[in-house]
Amino acid sequence: MVQQVFFYYLAFASIASAVLTVGLRNPVHCGLALLSLLFHIAGFFVLLNAEFIAAVQIIIYAGAILVLYLFVLMLLNLKTEERFLHRRYALWLFFALLAAGQAFWLLLHSPFAGKPGDVTPDKVTQFGHSQTIGIVLFNEYFLPFEIVGVFLLGAIIGAIVLAKDRPPEAGNERTS
Amino acid sequence: MIPLSSYLAVSSVLFVTGLIGVLIRRNFIIILMSVEIMLNAANLNLVAFSSYLDSMAGQIVALFIIAIAAGEAAVGLAIIIVVFRGRIATNVDQINLLKW
Repeated sequence: MVQQVFFYYLAFASIASAVLTVGLRNPVHCGLALLSLLFHIAGFFVLLNAEFIAAVQIIIYAGAILVLYLFVLMLLNLKTEERFLHRRYALWLFFALLAAGQAFWLLLHSPFAGKPGDVTPDKVTQFGHSQTIGIVLFNEYFLPFEIVGVFLLGAIIGAIVLAKDRPPEAGNERTS
Repeated sequence: MIPLSSYLAVSSVLFVTGLIGVLIRRNFIIILMSVEIMLNAANLNLVAFSSYLDSMAGQIVALFIIAIAAGEAAVGLAIIIVVFRGRIATNVDQINLLKW
């Protein structure tokens, strides 16, 4: 019963914040709505017995990624535009609603079947979620873990190279 | 007990909201935020399946998705800074130099 109350609250709040993120005019308000969405998704993770993912969600998404977004928003000093939607947005909205219809059709016709694993909720509560996920991550998924490390290094180098200020006498700067 | 299909319904609604945001907004940064909404919907889907199937695989993939979202945000925002600093455009529908 308590779970259902929490579920309905989280579902309503997260969908409302997603709609506000897409629909609000001022970019900073959109960022704050996105923050609310991330926190409510973390609440869903707690409801699903995935505490470690919830903590990572709050620390990395709400703590790091969103601060990056807000930094760039403040740095660029975007003003609120008169026309904030795309020029032919009705056409794209039609295609998006078509895709939504197909997603719901697939959802209604899916059998939701799968092979159950061996990590039952009892096991998770016995050893703790961090230990369970750590053992699986560093045994079975060690190679993808290392690949993600290299990927993050590449992303750091790429971001620095892209955003570095070139000297004006280099002659390759666009000054139009 | 909440059925799995409720989680799937919430995550598909979130995904479609993000998709609509990518398609109809003009601002770069809002488009990246809509991509983050879609990634979060996928994460919710993965963790719900992982919890209902008693398997850890979905949660591991959700962790990888969070890492990749961080990289995507960093590179995307760097590109946005370059585009703004060169005064190339202020909205996505003005970046049409490659569209010939």
